[in-house]
Amino acid sequence: MFSAMTLPPTFQNWFAGKGWSVHPHQQAMLDRAADPATLLIAPTGGGKTLAGFLPSLLELSDGRHNGLHTLYVSPLKALAADIKRNLRGPVEEMGLPIRIEDRTGDTSQTRKKAQRVDPPHILLTTPESLALLISYEDAPRMFARLSRIVIDEIHALAESKRGDQLILALSRLQTFCPGLRRVGLSATVEDPPAIAGLLARHPDPCAILTADPGPPADIRMLATEAHPPWSGGGAAYAIPAVLEEVRKHRTTLIFHNTRAQAEIFFRNLWLANADNLPIGIHHGSLEREQRAKVEQAMVRGELRAIVCTGTLDLGIDWGDVDLIIQVGAPKNVKRLVQRIGRANHRYNAPSKAILVPANRFEVVECVAALEAARAGELDGDPRASGPLDVLCQHILIAAAAGPFDATALFDEVRTAGGYSDLSQADFDACLGFCATGGYALRAYDRWQRLKQRPDGLWELRDPRAAQRIRMNIGTIQDSDLIKVRYRRNRGGKPLGEVEEVFAASLTPGDTFLIGGQVVRYEGLREMVVEVSPDAARKPRIAVFSGTKFATSTQLSARILDMFRRSDWPELPRHTADWLALQRAVSQLPQTGRLLIESFPWDGRQHTCVYGFAGRNAQQTLGLLLTKRLEEIGLHPLGFVATDYATLIWGLDGVIDPAPLFDRAALRDGLDRWLAGNAVMKRTFRTSATIAGLIERNLPSARRSGRQTTFSSDILYDTLLKYDPDHLMMRITRDEAMRGLVDFGRIEEMLDRIGPRIDHVQPDRVTPLAAPLFLEMGKVPVKGSAEERLLAEEAQSLMQSAGLEETDTA
Amino acid sequence: MNSHGFSLAGITLHAMGSGALWWPDEQLLCVSDLHLGKSERVARRNGTILPPYDTRDTLNRLAADLALTNARTVVCLGDSFDDADAARSLPEEEKLWITRLQAGRRWVWIAGNHDPGPLDLGGTHLSELPRPSLTFRHIARPGSSGEVSGHYHPKAQIRTRTRTITRPAFLVDADRVILPAYGTYTGGLRSNDAALSGLMRSEAVAILTGRSVHAIPMPR
Repeated sequence: MFSAMTLPPTFQNWFAGKGWSVHPHQQAMLDRAADPATLLIAPTGGGKTLAGFLPSLLELSDGRHNGLHTLYVSPLKALAADIKRNLRGPVEEMGLPIRIEDRTGDTSQTRKKAQRVDPPHILLTTPESLALLISYEDAPRMFARLSRIVIDEIHALAESKRGDQLILALSRLQTFCPGLRRVGLSATVEDPPAIAGLLARHPDPCAILTADPGPPADIRMLATEAHPPWSGGGAAYAIPAVLEEVRKHRTTLIFHNTRAQAEIFFRNLWLANADNLPIGIHHGSLEREQRAKVEQAMVRGELRAIVCTGTLDLGIDWGDVDLIIQVGAPKNVKRLVQRIGRANHRYNAPSKAILVPANRFEVVECVAALEAARAGELDGDPRASGPLDVLCQHILIAAAAGPFDATALFDEVRTAGGYSDLSQADFDACLGFCATGGYALRAYDRWQRLKQRPDGLWELRDPRAAQRIRMNIGTIQDSDLIKVRYRRNRGGKPLGEVEEVFAASLTPGDTFLIGGQVVRYEGLREMVVEVSPDAARKPRIAVFSGTKFATSTQLSARILDMFRRSDWPELPRHTADWLALQRAVSQLPQTGRLLIESFPWDGRQHTCVYGFAGRNAQQTLGLLLTKRLEEIGLHPLGFVATDYATLIWGLDGVIDPAPLFDRAALRDGLDRWLAGNAVMKRTFRTSATIAGLIERNLPSARRSGRQTTFSSDILYDTLLKYDPDHLMMRITRDEAMRGLVDFGRIEEMLDRIGPRIDHVQPDRVTPLAAPLFLEMGKVPVKGSAEERLLAEEAQSLMQSAGLEETDTA
Repeated sequence: MNSHGFSLAGITLHAMGSGALWWPDEQLLCVSDLHLGKSERVARRNGTILPPYDTRDTLNRLAADLALTNARTVVCLGDSFDDADAARSLPEEEKLWITRLQAGRRWVWIAGNHDPGPLDLGGTHLSELPRPSLTFRHIARPGSSGEVSGHYHPKAQIRTRTRTITRPAFLVDADRVILPAYGTYTGGLRSNDAALSGLMRSEAVAILTGRSVHAIPMPR
């Protein structure tokens, strides 16, 4: 093993030839090359990747290592391909005897097979491809000589179950090769020890190295002649100012929080683009070739701006970006800072970024985010302990690779960061689920999935099941997406994907936006949406499955802090005046209290709850409160939720809101009312798919007639009715604390406000509540509304078709 | 009763919200595609272990319909069992339950494509059941009339002011009625699929099942 502090001449000469010197963090990584785990925190660029690979290149430079030496894992296939290019440069220039290959979902079957027999020295891959590799019987042989693993962008992986799956895979690898050393590369994060704890084998220590973050970023909020609107997320008012900035810079990345907003903004930008500046669009629902085209054009420096979403967040080197524009409040300071890091990373110059609030409230949010970014205060939620659905999949993967000993697997799993506290009972529940389903009714004695052999080892009952397990590896949910392409007589070009629910709502002649183009829906053929170009002015907006981020707890707290100030010189005049008026008419929400306003408007009673709990939790709060209001006879009619408030309207006003916020009552509502809610069913589907109860992919040989597949909602309803304490239901309830339901944020709000509820009853709409009336996404409260809608629609259809209506008994 | 009345070959029939068909004059209840034992077959064939409560749930709903109608005759229109093995390995408790449901009434098992052989359960096993005016068979035969069948698991979609709703549905025209699948673990085939739109006359009606029933022109 390499242990010297200095580089050998080949490397020194190569650095010198480039006019470079070894960065202090690169040297530090060399010094710590023998450590079992090291985490490097560095901004994008700055030689982070080389820092991760230098020890490997040195160890491999004498050509004596046979087989796989270093595994590199990144969240994106594109990143693996990018790194391969960047790494082959120095290797070829120094004439090192090192073979580097990548292996992702895009790699050919032949290539993949060859890699298992004769692996390269350095293999670049993704968490899913790695999970697949360890599911093969020959995994121990393939990884026998593995020395190092480099995990790039580990901060991004740590935010999702992909990180948990990766670390579980690592625990297997560590058993194959006990001397394996782990290296994590991360962008700036709020809690480096948490990432280090995830990376290292429990309870190994993990040193945290921090590279020079460079000069502080130059961030400001866009000042425009036009005032931002009161609500909405389009930011159309800022189009001229944004175009002006694009004109003044070389390459601008224009980030949006959702794909739908990116589509609308791109279209508006294009309509206003009198100079025909080359501008592209890039998001996860666009066809791969189209994305690749935009990426290549950008690398060649041919684009002046790219309208994009989080898919461009990760550290691929796209060329000379000199300005980042964030449209819409960033929702999360850490993500903002990481995005800003994308600009100017080649030079030691400050990154430049502009925030564009989409509406008046977002002005406040943007200023709060700016202050947090300048103060270097990042946000984030503490990592939940290792999710059990991912563990179930891991157990199945272990079984696919061959017979295993349950105790040994349990001990191994407990070395994985998120699972160090895993109880024997939970592990047994997961094993039981994988083996027999774990149902209260024991029905599968003959057909259990895993069975225990006389020698105590567990194995697949039917070895052919291994193929199905492999086909369903992964924790990313791209469920229910349908491809969109031009009709055959229009060339049949693929355009991208939309959600199936959106596709189902289309009728021929409808128009919608995709990839910045307006298209007309022609029909559905073999589960592909066929469209033709259209010149409609007002297209509908396709539904994309991109996540809607809720404003972080920390950023919400900062906004509440701002409200305590006596005046706001840091805010634009129009926004400061708005807040001052709210203070005069009612009051501003405060950190340790809950402000509730009740007022009549338009013949209805309105109640506005300023919970500052983030969009998802405020939505859940709306569902729970309206149910409760219905029970006590106040006839709620509907509600709407934003990141900071829920507005409820109904026939009767709320007199005493305090009892509504009783923790036990809300908890009870979660268990009773929300159990039947579509959001819970969606949460269930995600976990059930990861755990292997629902298979997304079936062997292609098995023709799947459409009538043989049935909705996962049926499984959820069945479990709720007959086996409500089943492991999958427990996992679903745990998941409901976060994500779409986000009940954890409601509890956080209750902790924060205690008994301090201020109920203000003005005689009209207040300034802070007014924008909520303009919000999209109002939710009607319906007891029997769906049946009524159906009846109305059925009657009018029958009438217009001239069909006789027989009596309905 | 939550149902929608219609006329076929001069006979009044009721499409029930549960997915069962009720013939009041004959006191006959017809259900299709029960797929009993589906979870067992899936486990045996695919290794996926679904919640094993589907048979219980299907029988629960059937028992409720029998209690409601007090039917003298029950016709199961085929694919009553997911396959022959699923029928054989039905737990004793569930077989007894079926026997209890059969007590005091005529029970006809029509053969479907999933369950061809006879079973060790009570009731009459027929490939089809001809009655005056109506014929009960598993798969619709083009050109026939007065036909009651299942097999396709039809469902229909309706677009309302606020959203699109899809539900299992009866398809009815002057010649035939196709029943939705009654079994708990069953999916559906959209009425606009070529197999269904080719079979049904242009004036066909889809009757959506659920908490309330609604007839609409069959979406195609």
